[in-house]
Amino acid sequence: MRKLLALTFSLAIGGFVMGPAQADPADDLAAFQNYFKQKFPEVPFQDFANGVYAIDPASRAQWEAIEEFPPYEIAIEEGERLFNIPFKNGKTYADCFENGGIGIAQNYPYFDDERKEVITLPLAINECRVQNGEKPLPYKKGKLASILAYMVYTSRGNVIDVKIPSLSARDAYEKGKQSYYARRGQLNMACAHCHVDNAGRRIRADLLSPALGHVTHFPVYRSKWGELGTLHRRFAGCNKQVRAKPFKAQSEEYRNLEYFLTYMSNGLEINGPGARK
Amino acid sequence: MRMPKTLISAASAVVIVLGGGSMTAAQAAEGEDQARIIQEGKKIAFHRKKGNCLACHAIEGGRLPGNIGPPLVNMKERFPDKAKLRAQIWDATVNNPNTIMPPFGKHGILTEQEIDKVVEFIYSL
Ligand code: HEC
Ligand code: HEC
Repeated sequence: MRKLLALTFSLAIGGFVMGPAQADPADDLAAFQNYFKQKFPEVPFQDFANGVYAIDPASRAQWEAIEEFPPYEIAIEEGERLFNIPFKNGKTYADCFENGGIGIAQNYPYFDDERKEVITLPLAINECRVQNGEKPLPYKKGKLASILAYMVYTSRGNVIDVKIPSLSARDAYEKGKQSYYARRGQLNMACAHCHVDNAGRRIRADLLSPALGHVTHFPVYRSKWGELGTLHRRFAGCNKQVRAKPFKAQSEEYRNLEYFLTYMSNGLEINGPGARK
Repeated sequence: MRMPKTLISAASAVVIVLGGGSMTAAQAAEGEDQARIIQEGKKIAFHRKKGNCLACHAIEGGRLPGNIGPPLVNMKERFPDKAKLRAQIWDATVNNPNTIMPPFGKHGILTEQEIDKVVEFIYSL
């Protein structure tokens, strides 16, 4: 089934056939981005970071009005405050990260070759806390989402450039890719069914956004949530929509998925936190 | 694959013939039964937690449909064999292995009886 999805996808971009397992990630990336560039020729590349608003002039105006007084602004301020409060041992988040944690979101997720796993920014934030004797924070919303909002905000304009440096990293990438093209749930749908094959079409009243650019603007303020949520919260929501049991936020499954999906958005600028409906 | 809009409005001209001057009482009763089944099928097809067919298909009488699948119109012409229509709803992956359409029968999203009713409704379009 996955083969066929990949097949329609590569046919659409030029007619050569490649199974997902054989393709080089760099070829995957070119095919993936070209597919969306051809599907939406009027969308400038960087604009894919704006999700449905890149392809729907009708809702774009409304969204731009919302962005004038962004609903995530309070969270950024709250995040900055939390970020700067020293832990009980006197250290701070800044001590855990390169460049004091400022302007680094584009370097995540990355593959840690010693630990043989994908490290996301939320995971690194909690590991920083634990190393300094603090309790980890819940991953989907709340304080962690605010801290993330601040760190991502300081990274705006920086270009995503995820690397796949080793065979183990390649393995994590392939797992994430498989996950993206695998049917799941009672409704039997893959992420790619909605966000690759049918991007730009409507599922009931909702326009389906292209997968390209999905990761640039998290955490996101959704009016449906009335608050900020992380990327893995959104993954879980999309799993539930097809009546599949979601994985845990920061599970290996979702981190691999994030690794694949972020690699696919290489070249786009970080523009989070974002606002969506 | 996608059908022109005129076909959708053409479908609204298709009317289910229920009463007729020369019908026997038994025929009339059967007609009422059929009308009830079609009505129930429509409810199941439109219900968000059941068929939710409007997520992807424009269907006469349904508001704010999606456009992932083709509008469901002229179904008797598209499916002279009603069993083929049922099979499409039961498991759409048989016809198109890559389809996004959920396998309503195979995955138990709808019961066999519910599918029968949905088929009658869709066949009336
Ligand atoms: C049944 C259709 C469907 C499936 C399957 C699906 N999604 Fe979605 N997804 C949506 C809809 C609808 C939205 C909200 C509108 C939009 O932005 O596309 C959405 C939104 C998203 C967003 C937020 C986009 C933004 O701009 O903020 C992400 C990220 C996402 N989905 C990822 C996934 C992933 C990963 C999977 C598989 C695990 C998946 N989706 C499966 C329908 C789906
Ligand atoms: C998530 C999307 C989706 C949902 C939900 C869905 N379909 Fe479909 N349907 C499709 C697509 C796409 C096609 C085109 C052929 C294919 O891919 O199988 C299709 C094709 C069909 C066809 C064949 C049309 C033709 O003229 O050949 C019928 C009949 C049909 N669907 C009925 C239904 C019914 C009845 C329901 C609800 C019980 C339903 N569909 C729900 C996506 C969907």
